[in-house]
Amino acid sequence: MPGRIVRWIDRDPTFAKAVVEFAGVSRDVHMACVPDATVGQYVIVHAGIAICVLDESEAHKTLAAFKMLEEVDDEIPQ
Amino acid sequence: MKYLSEFRNVSAAKILVQQIRDRATRRWVLMDVCGGQTHSLVRYGIEQELEEHVDLIHGPGCPVCVTSTELIDFAVSLSLQPDTIVASFGDMIRVPGSRDSLMQARSRGGNVKIVYSPVDAVLIAAKNPQSQIVFFAVGFETTAPATAIAILQAAKLGLQNFSVLPAHVRVLPAMQTIMEMPGNRVEAFLAAGHVCSVTGFAQYEPFVSNYKVPVVVTGFEPVDLLGGILRCVEMLEQGICAVDNRYGRSVCRAGNESAQAIINRVYMVDDRDWRGFGTISGGGYRLRSEFANFDAAKRFERCVQTVAVESLCRGGDVMSGRIKPKQCPAFGVGCTPESPMGAPMVSSEGACAAYYRFDPLQLEKPR
Repeated sequence: MPGRIVRWIDRDPTFAKAVVEFAGVSRDVHMACVPDATVGQYVIVHAGIAICVLDESEAHKTLAAFKMLEEVDDEIPQ
Repeated sequence: MKYLSEFRNVSAAKILVQQIRDRATRRWVLMDVCGGQTHSLVRYGIEQELEEHVDLIHGPGCPVCVTSTELIDFAVSLSLQPDTIVASFGDMIRVPGSRDSLMQARSRGGNVKIVYSPVDAVLIAAKNPQSQIVFFAVGFETTAPATAIAILQAAKLGLQNFSVLPAHVRVLPAMQTIMEMPGNRVEAFLAAGHVCSVTGFAQYEPFVSNYKVPVVVTGFEPVDLLGGILRCVEMLEQGICAVDNRYGRSVCRAGNESAQAIINRVYMVDDRDWRGFGTISGGGYRLRSEFANFDAAKRFERCVQTVAVESLCRGGDVMSGRIKPKQCPAFGVGCTPESPMGAPMVSSEGACAAYYRFDPLQLEKPR
């Protein structure tokens, strides 16, 4: 589940840590693998470590493709 | 939930299912190599829905499941040593060794702690200077950065009582092994999304050229998986062998270079024994010599002997896609999550556990 970065706690390269919110629940997450992530971005967390920043423009592109699928389907007579 | 529920869109899923059915002119064999994907495929009924058009088989998608019996026996013996605590993930402590699991060792007085993250084991070490803390480090490339960070933290804190028992495994060499197995049926792979978040997908390009097998990176939600399956079917129907990324929100071609740098700073690629597979060349990691003092295998004497155990469990055949879980003679009969015979039934990411939980009713004939 992607979590949203609420605030950074520590920027040390080894002990980097931030508060990340998952569906209303906040927890401390280690951030050494995503040192350039900014507050408000979404991260994927595995074993307590953020492993990547979610690319929101790519997510929206995929969702737009789904929307188009549905629209095309609506146009086809059943 | 943001960026989750949108990818469970029922109408998009129905359209994708229909497109797969329309485009498949024969039943193609696709393998996933991620336990999270296996669970979603079974949980959402995707496998059943597409049964006539796509044969979805499950590879070694669970790192806990492929951890060797010898390493589990070693971890068990360490947990029984005085002033030694073995820490690992919850799934790992239930996987049977040749005699006991870590959980059974705990009931015999072994000191075993479940942690959510390897860095939690570093905290335990800092708070318990009189004890040796051994983190049993299992996981694919997704988990390797977390263990590497734990080691870097322990080094920076100057902890003398922290070490790891390295059991990290690498997915791509296992896929190569599967392609070279006699009787291999795999025609396309669904690549593990979060492994690729770390490694990127460029590493699959030579693999695709060598083995002439399409690879599609997918996520874990139903629409992600269906999009990945559709792309596999399209490529197979058109005779195209390429790598395609259908999980662009989390995966890019180069992957997470910060995570790769952390792994490479601490680990080197090495051969590794995989349960059910044997030794896989380049199938895991070992600690670099600079961090050798954090290697539990070097710090502690291995004074335990693994004994061969006769079992009906065909976990190795399940993990290499040769049979499906319900074709194992032990499935649901002697082997259940409460009383597992093999690792794929123990771990929450194991293929047998997925079938038992979500699709247990109709047993198939053993092969």
